[in-house]
Amino acid sequence: MRRRQTAPRTGGLIRRLPEAWRRPLAIAGGVVAIAWIVIALAAPVLAPHDPLAQELPRLAPPGPGHWFGTDQLGRDILSRVLYGARVSIPLTLLLVALSVLIGGLLGACAGYFGKWVDETIMRLADLVFAFPTIILAMVVAAALGASLGNAVLAVLVVAWPAYARVTRGLVLGIREREFVVSGRLLGFSAWRSLRVDVLPNVTGPVMVLATLDIGTALLLLSGLSFLGLGAKPPSPEWGAMVASGVEVFDSWWVATFPGLAILTVVLAFNFLGDTLRDALDPRTARAIKERAI
Amino acid sequence: MSPTSAPSKDRAGGAAPDSRKAVRGRVARRHPFARFLVRRIITALLLALGITLVTFILTNLVPGDPAAANLGQRAIGDPAIVAQWRADHGLDKPLPQQYLVHLSGVLHGDFGQSQQSHRPVADDLAEFVPATLELAGAAILISLVLGVGFGVVAALRRDRLADHILRVTSLFGISVPTFWLALVAFYVFFYRLQITPGSGRIDPGMTPPPHATGLYTVDAALAGQWDVFASAAGHLVTPALVLALYTIGLLTRFTRSAVLEVLGQDYVRAARAKGLPGRVILFRYVLRPALVPVITVAGLAFGSLLSGTVLVEAIFAWPGVGQYAYKSATSLDLPAVMGVGLVVGVVYLVINLIVDVLYGVIDPRVRLS
Repeated sequence: MRRRQTAPRTGGLIRRLPEAWRRPLAIAGGVVAIAWIVIALAAPVLAPHDPLAQELPRLAPPGPGHWFGTDQLGRDILSRVLYGARVSIPLTLLLVALSVLIGGLLGACAGYFGKWVDETIMRLADLVFAFPTIILAMVVAAALGASLGNAVLAVLVVAWPAYARVTRGLVLGIREREFVVSGRLLGFSAWRSLRVDVLPNVTGPVMVLATLDIGTALLLLSGLSFLGLGAKPPSPEWGAMVASGVEVFDSWWVATFPGLAILTVVLAFNFLGDTLRDALDPRTARAIKERAI
Repeated sequence: MSPTSAPSKDRAGGAAPDSRKAVRGRVARRHPFARFLVRRIITALLLALGITLVTFILTNLVPGDPAAANLGQRAIGDPAIVAQWRADHGLDKPLPQQYLVHLSGVLHGDFGQSQQSHRPVADDLAEFVPATLELAGAAILISLVLGVGFGVVAALRRDRLADHILRVTSLFGISVPTFWLALVAFYVFFYRLQITPGSGRIDPGMTPPPHATGLYTVDAALAGQWDVFASAAGHLVTPALVLALYTIGLLTRFTRSAVLEVLGQDYVRAARAKGLPGRVILFRYVLRPALVPVITVAGLAFGSLLSGTVLVEAIFAWPGVGQYAYKSATSLDLPAVMGVGLVVGVVYLVINLIVDVLYGVIDPRVRLS
């Protein structure tokens, strides 16, 4: 029965999407995510001011002329927030793609081959996991010098084990199923079995995790910048902008708007990921279909 | 916990044809759960060794010159002073030797001397770690209670109002930048509304409780100093909630989907068809398999909590290991960075070990494999 389910899933996947996209969360997430991508592309056209230009008045509250106010150097916060999309969004997407590739592959091998392959990869993952992200990233950033590129590298080092663990868990759950065993009994090589029977059944959840992870990755990157280990001034990076708002505590707008920018981007991708999860994960999809409760 | 250990007891009982002593010996040798435990503990010890190696290698990969970071501008110009400083800190020896010295020191509780505070790193850590553990512990407790509770409610009320509200709330929780939320909470509740106490662990002017565990709330309660307890708990609430929000969201989502997944299983439908009451189905047939992935996530979430403390401690001026780590890393204070990595790593390792054991207790398939 499982075996029959795996074959038409790609078709079912596409058929299920339009229905899923009609849900309010997906629409909200999609609209906001597309809006931010458009903003990232069109920031030079949309921004009312030069994001780096220092003009008077300094620390002006939001109002006509400067809708989000100005910071302590007199830079227009709206323009900086818009330009910030060009800094954070592409880097985050690249980061997630690389983590999925590295972590997913290692995790699948660990789960499928077991024994020493599993032990080696998972202990390595545990070792990386043993360091809270930011502490490890702080060392890397200190080693290579604080820059956004190095922050991406640092997050990549700590991000792949999550995919490895999830993929491994999924593969472990599937490895002994009848359809995989029967494939192996039919003489499939390990790689063929992994490719034909196992991986198609784990890509859904892993892709959902990746979509969800876009938000987490952005949170981490901006967190590093907030700590002064990512983007360097005067780069209009959102985390660094929030950090500069800490210094001028009274002027709430300096930190509020960049923070809201991070929140809306992360929220949008999480809305999308959540919808994807329900639509693509065969198990939850089945539960929803059958109205199991 | 008692029903969860039942299967292993059955097996032990089933293999008892001979005298009791012999059986006990055989059970100790063959008991899958005992073997599982021993294997996990050995792995954990090896991993701890790995952590010492990794912290050491990582901090030695740093191309920045710690002498440059810690000596003044004029001292750097004098090779004799630099050489003396390097010799004082053991930096002139070959790397493997530095590692062995470091390792034997660690085993004796000596993490070296912090180049910033000029105090033994162990003393610094002893001062800062309890503050972070108190904060992270409070946060994980809040997260577990609220996250799992919300998740179960959301799954049982699927597609009803409660589910929709919880879904948006939990998505909000995992989407808020912790550092920004901490700032907003501090600004709104302390600065504007003045309903929460300010930064630090305790009201200024108040004497900390006598040291027993280092956790102010616990120490104050042990000493019966209830005014100190109230102050410490008050100071703990806002940062712990800010820190927990992400984990609450995470656990709500995972619990919901895990419970939903189990609810779709045939055996649950069979139990319903048999006419078992809903509560029995939930606690005996649904929660146990559903909690397995949730426990993993909770274990992983503790790592992100420890990371989050760096961001939250910065805003609330919480004198914990997060602030210490940040200050040490930016000043290339190698012994301090190694000490932090080590201690936090080992704490996390122990949490992982507990998770693995719980995993085995809850899911017999894991400990039998």
